[in-house]
Amino acid sequence: MSDKVLMKGNEAIAEAAIIAGCRHYFGYPITPQTEVAAYMAKRMPKIGGTFLQAESEIAAINMVYGVASTGKRVMTSSSSPGISLKGEGISYLAGADLPALIVNVQRGGPGLGGIQPSQSDYFQATKGGAHGDFHMIVLAPASVQEMAELTVKGFDLADKYRMTTMLLADGTMGQMMEPVSLDFDIAETVEKPWATTGTKMEREHNIVNSLFLQPEALERTNFERFERYKVVEENEVLYEEYMMDDAEICIAAFGIAARVSKNAINEARKQGIKVGLIRPITLWPFPSAQFAKAAERVSSIISVELSMGQMIEDVKLAVEGKVPVTLCNRAGGMIPSPEQVLEAIKAANNGGDK
Amino acid sequence: MVVFDKPHALADVPMHYCPGCTHGIVHRLVAEVIDELGIEGKTIGIAPVGCSVMAYDYFNCDMIEAAHGRAPAVATGVKRSDPNNIVFTYQGDGDLASIGMAETVHSAARNENITVIFINNAIYGMTGGQMAPTSLPGQVTQTSPYGRDVNACGFPIKVCEMLSQLDGPEYLERVAVNNVKNVKNAKKAIKKAFENQVNNKGFSLVEVVSSCPTNWGLTPKKALEWIDEKMIPYYPLGVYKDRSAE
Repeated sequence: MSDKVLMKGNEAIAEAAIIAGCRHYFGYPITPQTEVAAYMAKRMPKIGGTFLQAESEIAAINMVYGVASTGKRVMTSSSSPGISLKGEGISYLAGADLPALIVNVQRGGPGLGGIQPSQSDYFQATKGGAHGDFHMIVLAPASVQEMAELTVKGFDLADKYRMTTMLLADGTMGQMMEPVSLDFDIAETVEKPWATTGTKMEREHNIVNSLFLQPEALERTNFERFERYKVVEENEVLYEEYMMDDAEICIAAFGIAARVSKNAINEARKQGIKVGLIRPITLWPFPSAQFAKAAERVSSIISVELSMGQMIEDVKLAVEGKVPVTLCNRAGGMIPSPEQVLEAIKAANNGGDK
Repeated sequence: MVVFDKPHALADVPMHYCPGCTHGIVHRLVAEVIDELGIEGKTIGIAPVGCSVMAYDYFNCDMIEAAHGRAPAVATGVKRSDPNNIVFTYQGDGDLASIGMAETVHSAARNENITVIFINNAIYGMTGGQMAPTSLPGQVTQTSPYGRDVNACGFPIKVCEMLSQLDGPEYLERVAVNNVKNVKNAKKAIKKAFENQVNNKGFSLVEVVSSCPTNWGLTPKKALEWIDEKMIPYYPLGVYKDRSAE
């Protein structure tokens, strides 16, 4: 067993990225994720890597596009308003099928919003978040250990499927300190014959591009891309189940909301209420099958979110009206308390049998 | 004996440019320089959004198509990924001096070791002739139908003059391609801009005053004359910064 070190979530992301072989980081300061940049600024020059503070989020994501075009591991990190600015580049990355890791340490919105934790970029992250038909792989950590592990996994998945991975954390995850083990399995390097690394006069030129003026050709790229997405949906769904074996009520929650929910579940269990948790770790692909299965036996599902209710739509789609799905939420940088979640569980319990 | 041939770096495909457009000349000059320096195998070009958006099909080196205005940021990523590679952007006036001005200024300020070929034809060509940041005062375009009114939409931006105020950039020169003499000078400037990168000197930008007969509403010949009569008086040719000569 490896030693553990005490790290902030944001720092764990940065160190894990370096361990995963990322040597290029581009970013722009924004709270509450700036520790990622600060860590990279210290470390990258010492290991022959690139840290560059870009003139804007837009420039940063396009620098990512440049490095990704050459086939090397590359990342950027930001928080909600900054991710909106990156939207254009994220769409181009998808259109050119480039692998990259984007970290969003979410804060409350919309607009300039606030600097406290939030999960209100769920729609933006999981439904595309910019123009055109595309998805990102979206990973939602619920501990500092997972911030690190999912960073490494994010790079591996991005390379494997030529997709952008988003690590969707929140201000709490970024700022909290926990012991972390940095002992990871790194997947084998993926060959990237498409990369623009110079022809060496040995091959035809490579072109990284998202422009297809013939609609038949553009349609074909969309269908091919979604075939690849289907493979991701079939193979890469991650989730955690907590006390679901005998559960009559199911909580759906990710990230910090899942940790709060576990406290509420423990208390509810003491009071004799059979409640469990399904925690999506991949938000895209979404663990729809697990919720559909749960809907066969629980009487209701409660979606606990730091938003006005975004993931709840995917839960409802998954259960197809078989059970009621209710929302227990705070927004704007506020976090639901275990007491609030417990009240929601009790209300569901009093709602009667299925 | 071959007296005239296509440069190897220039793809042997039909180009989509309008008759009389000077993009073809500038493409050829860039390709000739790539050939002469023997750098095709390690060169990566970045195409813009605008008339030259499909430049990725016209050069035989590796190519990347960037988002509108972002070519210098993409080039920064490519260059930082492997500084041994030669990276150039090819951008029009809307791309470089309007939507991408921040990327232009900051890559120059960083003295990013890249080569920028900047086509200034004072109009948006691809979208059908709208006012550009470099459209001349009084110039009639689709979006300045009564002539560019500087009181309402400001003055044209002189990119070389502006960037020359920065400490960062290595080399800034404005050239034109409307006659043989100017084309020869343009070739020299473009070659220097690539040589600077090979010699790790830093950010080099060549502004090429170009014509757009279609959207200027002029014949190709009249358009070349208009460069002499209208464009060059507003955009004087010459070297605006050359650190190695200082």
